[in-house]
Amino acid sequence: MGKVYKNATLALEGLLFDGMTIMSGGFGLCGIPEHCIRQLRDSGVKGITWIANNCGTDDFGSGLLLHTRQIKKMVASYVGENKTFEKQFLSGELEVEFNPQGTLAERIRAGGVGIPAFYTKTGVGTVIAEGKETKVFDGVEYVMERALKADLAIVKAWKGDTEGNLIFRKTARNFNPIMAQAGIVTVAEVEDLVEPGMLDADAIHTPGIFVQRIFQGEHFVKRIEFLTTQANPTGKKKEQ
Amino acid sequence: MVWNHEMMCRRAAKELKDGYYVNLGIGIPTQVANYIPEHVNFSLQSENGMLGMGPFPTEATADADLINSGKQTITQLDKSSFFDSATSFGMIRGGHIDLAILGALQVSQAGDLANWMVPGKMVKGMGGAMDLVAGVKKVVVIMDHNAKDASPKMMKQCTLPLTGRAVVNMVITNLGVFEVTPQGFTLVELAPEVTLDEVRAKSEAEIHANSQGASNGFL
Repeated sequence: MGKVYKNATLALEGLLFDGMTIMSGGFGLCGIPEHCIRQLRDSGVKGITWIANNCGTDDFGSGLLLHTRQIKKMVASYVGENKTFEKQFLSGELEVEFNPQGTLAERIRAGGVGIPAFYTKTGVGTVIAEGKETKVFDGVEYVMERALKADLAIVKAWKGDTEGNLIFRKTARNFNPIMAQAGIVTVAEVEDLVEPGMLDADAIHTPGIFVQRIFQGEHFVKRIEFLTTQANPTGKKKEQ
Repeated sequence: MVWNHEMMCRRAAKELKDGYYVNLGIGIPTQVANYIPEHVNFSLQSENGMLGMGPFPTEATADADLINSGKQTITQLDKSSFFDSATSFGMIRGGHIDLAILGALQVSQAGDLANWMVPGKMVKGMGGAMDLVAGVKKVVVIMDHNAKDASPKMMKQCTLPLTGRAVVNMVITNLGVFEVTPQGFTLVELAPEVTLDEVRAKSEAEIHANSQGASNGFL
């Protein structure tokens, strides 16, 4: 059976159920699987535990699923720019588990590579370590963190082939490769889907074994959150 | 005369040594990069997955796939490399980054840092701050010596939730430069016309005089 699907609707068909755990790649709005996110919204699947570094903006990225209240719990490291999030969080409607960003990344990496837990210095002596097992190695205290897996991982790559091999571009790589490994099923959306042999095998970031379904997105918006330039280093919009 | 933010950044820039890999926090610490002498060769790490961060782009060259950890558009350099988030924090946690400069709400004389949440206020998350302070070789804090309501930020013990325990090596405020030593805060430099007595009056923590005596100003 082939891995190639025509679009997000078909690629996600049969994979969604209420109460599921989903990992979504991206940092801010950079490198997010925007087609899959829109399809999740349209599907109406609810009670989602959403594992992603951030929560998008009010009207883009993960924010779309907050708006429709499809997310029950977020596992994230930073949620700065989202009023919808703020409202649901403060009202207690949305459960949030903050993770230090590196701990979140390593929990995901561990989940994909068969490591159930690991020890890290990060968060020792802070609220993050409360209730967790700690251990001293060579005189330094570490806290134990558990691996993360997901029923579904949705990732975005620059190029992919029909075998599921992926190549990411610049800082749009971020959480995508490790989430691809940690999904029980991983769906990849790519800007450019090619035949095997057209990607340099030495340049592949994610080997196809980690990707079960792949499709070429029909239109990537690739929105920029803060356009900072030499002429406008603060990125603030000029008053008219 | 107290230092302004630009002067604090200029002073922090002196902590960058040739060959350093450096992570600059979002906000004022980001500006430190503007004041590093040209002969100092350094690489900026951005924890979203880049080493060798370049300056802001032009409007025409801005790229949605090329941002820093503050989600701002940036550029790459000939020496740049990109990697995933686990590798990025591997280099942070693994002690490969030489220096991190970041802001703070409070620092204690034991080097404890509080900079990620205030109880009762909206919590946005710690991002990469806890990993950075736990893993980077040298952690320098840039902050105003006192909060807006004049309350002290140089503390015996932090009253706000911690980002890390015993992680800060140096604090640069508008009043001076302080090293965190086994004895506590030790004054290294004073801003022009600022006295040790004034610094002590504006700190909750004890401030020790440097045995060589601290001189006023570096500019």
